Amino acid sequence: MFDNLGLIVSRLSEGLSTTVIAAVGGIALTVVLSLVAGLGMLSPVAVLRGISRTYVEFFRGTSEIVQLFWIFFALPALTGFQIVPLAAAILVLALNHGAYGGEIVRGAVQSVPRAQYEGALALSLSSRDRMLRVILPQALVEMLPPFNNLFIQLLKSTSLLSLVVVTEITFIANSLRAALPVSEQLTVYAVLLLMYLVLSLLITAGMRWLERRAAARLGRTRATPRINSRLHKEQAA
Amino acid sequence: MIVFDGVEKRFGDTVVLSDLSFTVAPAEHVTLIGPSGSGKTTILRLLMCLDSVTRGTIRVAGQELTGDEKRSRQVRRRIGMVFQQFNLFPNMTVRGNLIEAPTRVLGLSKDEANARAVELLDLVGLREKIDEHPSRLSGGQQQRVAIARALAMRPDVLLLDEVTSALDPELVAGVLALLRDIGETTDITILCVTHEMGFARDFSHRVMMFDGGRVIEDAPPERLFTAPEQPRTQEFLKAVLGR
Ligand SMILES: Nc1ncnc2c1ncn2[C@@H]1O[C@H](COP(=O)(O)OP(=O)(O)OP(=O)(O)O)[C@@H](O)[C@H]1O
Ligand SMILES: [Mg+2]
Repeated sequence: MFDNLGLIVSRLSEGLSTTVIAAVGGIALTVVLSLVAGLGMLSPVAVLRGISRTYVEFFRGTSEIVQLFWIFFALPALTGFQIVPLAAAILVLALNHGAYGGEIVRGAVQSVPRAQYEGALALSLSSRDRMLRVILPQALVEMLPPFNNLFIQLLKSTSLLSLVVVTEITFIANSLRAALPVSEQLTVYAVLLLMYLVLSLLITAGMRWLERRAAARLGRTRATPRINSRLHKEQAA
Repeated sequence: MIVFDGVEKRFGDTVVLSDLSFTVAPAEHVTLIGPSGSGKTTILRLLMCLDSVTRGTIRVAGQELTGDEKRSRQVRRRIGMVFQQFNLFPNMTVRGNLIEAPTRVLGLSKDEANARAVELLDLVGLREKIDEHPSRLSGGQQQRVAIARALAMRPDVLLLDEVTSALDPELVAGVLALLRDIGETTDITILCVTHEMGFARDFSHRVMMFDGGRVIEDAPPERLFTAPEQPRTQEFLKAVLGR
């Protein structure tokens, strides 16, 4: 049953770089779109709020697979223009997950106490400095755990790319299935699962590291800072 | 320095201040007292342009507060405010808190702002805490940093809103001593809301008693605390002084 393990691992590994590029590219663009959409929804300018809200609702409320099919099949048919499959894939992944990320950013910014905003206002900081220097750095700590979830979801969504013939790991697994005896199929998909698991653990490790750094910048040392500091005060009192 | 002229402030249907008029002279120390909800914080917030009036006018150093954002920024630059809950920025060290606005708003160089920060931390007795995070300081220390942060902007006017109310009793004296020191050594105009009547008595030149959105009594502390004229003032003082 494991006769072909070496072959299976090496064949699947050929798709690994595509999966990683799609995930990393998707994550990077997701972060940008999330910030733009999140801050856009909080803008004092009504038009920006409207555009951001429309973007979020549209991409959150429509099927990811259908969005993918649109860019791959409908868009070229309409415009005669075919984008590089991997680039199109990254774009769809980011547009979709950026819509969720926008809500994460908005929620985190709004969770920063109003007193911080007023403290910055009382020092005459400009609206740009208030956001970039005071509010966003504090909101960041709240954003990282939900972003961790979002990035893992994005990683798993890269498997959808097999449907539009991008040769990432799921696509290769499916083509191996056709070439191998039934008894080997278990191995193929077991290795495939493990690959996703390892990648997602890597994402979590990276995000945890960022969380610790962000918390340290706020002078917090533990994972549950608010509760801890209150306990601390009570013990000291 | 500060002129309130027929000021009304309402939130929806609730009238918080009605037809309020008073003036504060340069370098004067005025304490606002009055029952909870009488509008003391609202007055300070109006001055800081955190809220705007619904009728009447407020002038600071001759400039009318119009609610226009550019004007508001000009006025805010001359005014420092210290909050009950400190409102230090947790994402910056003590140093960062002190140099942020002087460098970004006043355009000081890092070195100039740093020198100013060190000087002020000496004044508030916290020089060795310059690279600490605010969360590592006691409430009293945080409040002294917040006072230093407001002073770093060299304000003409300082607004103090119950700055000792959130502190443990043993930390109050240190903060009040610092404020007395600032009061004696600078000519900053100070408007202060406090329940510390002992402090109000020897710190302020004038005490204003608020009730129902108006000033009901306005007198030097010696007079107001020993021989209040209004029955409401008498009741209020009896309640807070516990006699
Ligand atoms: N943003 C707001 N919206 C609605 N009502 C408000 C708002 N801010 C203040 N008020 C109301 O205005 C009144 C005066 O509030 P303010 O905070 O100025 O009182 P205060 O004299 O500072 O009281 P305290 O001694 O308790 O601090 C209160 O009745 C309060 O409920
Ligand atoms: Mg108040």
